[in-house]
Amino acid sequence: MRNVRSTEEIALGIRRRVFEHSIRNNGGYLSQACSAAEQLAWLYNEELNLGAPTLPMIPRPFAGVPASGNDAYRTGAGYNGPAEPAFDRLFIAPAHYALVAYATLIEVGRMAPEGLEMFNKDGSSVEMIGAEHSPGMEVHNGTLGIGLSTAAGLAWGRKRRGEPGRTWVFMSDGEVQEGQTWEAIAAAAHHRIDNLYAIMDVNRQQCDGAMSSVMDVGDVKAKIEQFGGVAVRVDAHKLDQIREAAKTPHRGRPLIILANSSPFRGMPSLQLRFPGLHYVRFRSEEERASMNREIARSLRVDPVAYEGAH
Amino acid sequence: MVELVSRPYARAFEAYATQYPNEVLCLSADLTSSCEIDGFRDRHPEQFLSLGMAEQNMMSFAGGLGLAGYRPFVHTFGVFMYRRPYDQLMASIAYPRRKVRLMGFLPGVTTPGGMTHQSIEDVSVMRSIPNMTILECGDATEVESICEAADSIDGPVWCRVLRGSVPRLFDTPIRVGEIRVLSEGADVLVVTSGICTEEAMRARAAFAKAGLSIRHLHLHTIKPFDASALLDHIHSVTHGVVTLENHVTEGGIGSLAAEVMADAGVGKRLMRLGLRDTYAHGGSRPYLMRYYGLDALALVKGMESLLGEEFDITEDDLDAARVDDVHSLVKAEAL
Repeated sequence: MRNVRSTEEIALGIRRRVFEHSIRNNGGYLSQACSAAEQLAWLYNEELNLGAPTLPMIPRPFAGVPASGNDAYRTGAGYNGPAEPAFDRLFIAPAHYALVAYATLIEVGRMAPEGLEMFNKDGSSVEMIGAEHSPGMEVHNGTLGIGLSTAAGLAWGRKRRGEPGRTWVFMSDGEVQEGQTWEAIAAAAHHRIDNLYAIMDVNRQQCDGAMSSVMDVGDVKAKIEQFGGVAVRVDAHKLDQIREAAKTPHRGRPLIILANSSPFRGMPSLQLRFPGLHYVRFRSEEERASMNREIARSLRVDPVAYEGAH
Repeated sequence: MVELVSRPYARAFEAYATQYPNEVLCLSADLTSSCEIDGFRDRHPEQFLSLGMAEQNMMSFAGGLGLAGYRPFVHTFGVFMYRRPYDQLMASIAYPRRKVRLMGFLPGVTTPGGMTHQSIEDVSVMRSIPNMTILECGDATEVESICEAADSIDGPVWCRVLRGSVPRLFDTPIRVGEIRVLSEGADVLVVTSGICTEEAMRARAAFAKAGLSIRHLHLHTIKPFDASALLDHIHSVTHGVVTLENHVTEGGIGSLAAEVMADAGVGKRLMRLGLRDTYAHGGSRPYLMRYYGLDALALVKGMESLLGEEFDITEDDLDAARVDDVHSLVKAEAL
């Protein structure tokens, strides 16, 4: 099911889906689609070795939380295929990217478009902040900074057992403010966990605004290297650079690709909303209509026909 | 004279973990000898993971190991395993029901390390976490059996573990969910856990001499809890219930008894003894237990208060308190 479409087409498809969804719902994680579309498209369409989905294309409703006696409970990992030794695993560490991740699942044929209609609807498993039971998710990551540690534990355990499959983490740069990130890199280096891979969406944005204004984190690449990881900087929108970076030798160390991204990529009119990019909720019907026209033009689609549009 | 067992955890963990070389892992956060797993580390390095003073990572890492199918035993002082990394404990271990065994050493006032080292509210915290099981050791036999007991649980387990020189009070291992019935009197029900059980046993002869018939229960399993069994015991006594715990009186076994009694509409008095809405400070265990009212004498006073009469029981009437040599070789060297 891989490579039926080009990764560029899938990235464009992700942006279009997130755009359409956000216009219809009067807001959404638009900027994350701009910055991360190529990264997620590349992971799913090229890099990850995943089996066929084991869960229905149209997501089942919420079936309760993990609890003794809740045998119906499933994580959403089945959308990435079965957890077999040869296959890779993926954690979406900033679960706030869920909308973009769901759009990716649709674009690569792992979830039906109807899945996105269930986004953030009561009783749905397609939650706004990706939960364990949400499509494509395997662990809770909504609390930022815990994803790399969990992946390091999983990767160490798989390596001990001789499993060839890799463990990948899609990260954000904002979460490196959490000290746990650095604990995780030190632990992974100390224990030579080199089947651990991450790609970090370095968009320099966080909830309050630009990271430089909230709490600057300095030279993330140098820090990762000091803590024992291998880091490579790439342009997040140039797939050839990402592809090359993934081949970087990193024996005995985790590899973290720092994907320098634009939070407006593909939707330049979002610049008007800087620095409030974390969750774009339109401030007026005029702004919504104007964004609809402008972004549709940028993405080369027709404006979204939503209720109340004029 | 009570038999004292030296470092029971060290032997028990090694004997248990080596039966499962491909499933059980030993994690430590720079307190390896302090948690009596230094010998295990040296003899079984392939099952040992040193994760440094980085508990946030350790908890999520342990969750990842659980996801990979392992059953990690996480070792550090209890206080370091839930206060700082509470978020990780919730999201990476408790919610997904990972089979992580949280071996919390130095419960309550068993450390002279003061506020930063004393886990005085951990039971309260763990009781309120869905999916969590809570076990607490009261003697050497329970320390020796806690690994197997914890590892029998399909989900995360919080264990209050004793180290160093530990008295042997019981001759049967922990059977998860059961209540130990230590005496079957008819006047007052005494419910204790952890190191406070030994204290209540010290007062047994004095209560008998004073003509008081005590029903004494020891709880090694705090969650899940069989309320009906406790209710049967409460119904078997005339006057009421006294609880004594190495923990604050909010949220621990005193609260547990209160909830059970209130839920069932039991109209009997309850006296909850333990740390009373206070932090402790650094000092020896006997000093702290006396100062904060966690010892046998505190139980006598609590009993007097509950019954509104005085028994004329003094320190001399109680069985001797154990006084550990603080420089004893059986104590792990570090706080």
